[in-house]
Amino acid sequence: MNVLSKIAGEDSWSVAGRTFSSRLIVGTGKYKSFEQNAAAVEASGAEIVTVAVRRVNIADPKQPMLTDFIDPKRYTYLPNTAGCFTAEDAIRTLRLAREAGGWNLVKLEVLGEAKTLYPDMIETLRATEVLAKEGFEPMVYCADDPIAAKKLEDAGAVAIMPLGAPIGSGLGLQNQVMIRIMVENARVPVLVDAGVGTASDAAVAMELGCDGVLMNTAIAEAKDPVLMARAMKAAVEAGRLAYRAGRMGKRRYADPSSPLAGLI
Amino acid sequence: MVYDDTLSITVNGQHRRVLKGITIADLALELGLEPTRVAVERNLEIVPRSTLGQTKIDDGDDFEIVTFVGGG
Repeated sequence: MNVLSKIAGEDSWSVAGRTFSSRLIVGTGKYKSFEQNAAAVEASGAEIVTVAVRRVNIADPKQPMLTDFIDPKRYTYLPNTAGCFTAEDAIRTLRLAREAGGWNLVKLEVLGEAKTLYPDMIETLRATEVLAKEGFEPMVYCADDPIAAKKLEDAGAVAIMPLGAPIGSGLGLQNQVMIRIMVENARVPVLVDAGVGTASDAAVAMELGCDGVLMNTAIAEAKDPVLMARAMKAAVEAGRLAYRAGRMGKRRYADPSSPLAGLI
Repeated sequence: MVYDDTLSITVNGQHRRVLKGITIADLALELGLEPTRVAVERNLEIVPRSTLGQTKIDDGDDFEIVTFVGGG
């Protein structure tokens, strides 16, 4: 096997029995237009997109729809429960999502309060238990809490998705130590969901050993979302390669790269 | 109380009157929606898409009709 084919070689990941080559999941909110949204998804190389479930607009039913621009046959739609603050609301939303889409893979998020959008782990765990019993495959947005993550796994979460910083904040990973501990202990994929602001943040998540990264605002609110989507694709790939390569050890002082022997 | 040939229902929080005897699929079409692109909940119970065409609307039914929109 030559060097380049080894690098490009199979490095897919699987969640709930489905295999993907892209480790970047992108949201579809906050874009200026459906066209821009579709172009950014294309540039990101993502195979999974998150979507929300909302009432149809009865006053204007002929408005263009997301599915007209981002083909659910080409991309795996991952319906979310954004805006749900109780297990009951989240479960109700995902039952509707399953009927609308016809698949079981979903993103569960149960929020604690509006200012931080921090997850309510007690409600999240309750919802995970119910959803798993009903045959759902929930990928679960959660706190950077390895014990809660373990309980989610036991309850049937097919992926653990801790926040790196508050949703939509773009602050980057504020909890690298906890994310790494979660990665080391999980038996299911771990994805950073929320907090990424720019490409280096996505690379950091991947260098910590995460299986993937989920983001929306970092791309949608960039000055040029399509260019940022491409940057995120490169960053996720670079971070993953660096993780696989295994980084050098850190030293407190310098160590010359040129030989000391033979100095004139 | 039903006084005429119409039923009083709620769709996505809004009151509405529809003709007696129509199905949920008929309602979706009346609203300008494609039944294949939405999910319907009636009185907090999911109505399977395959049964929308057979399920008759009852007076007082409370419907939520949803679809996928952009989100993170």
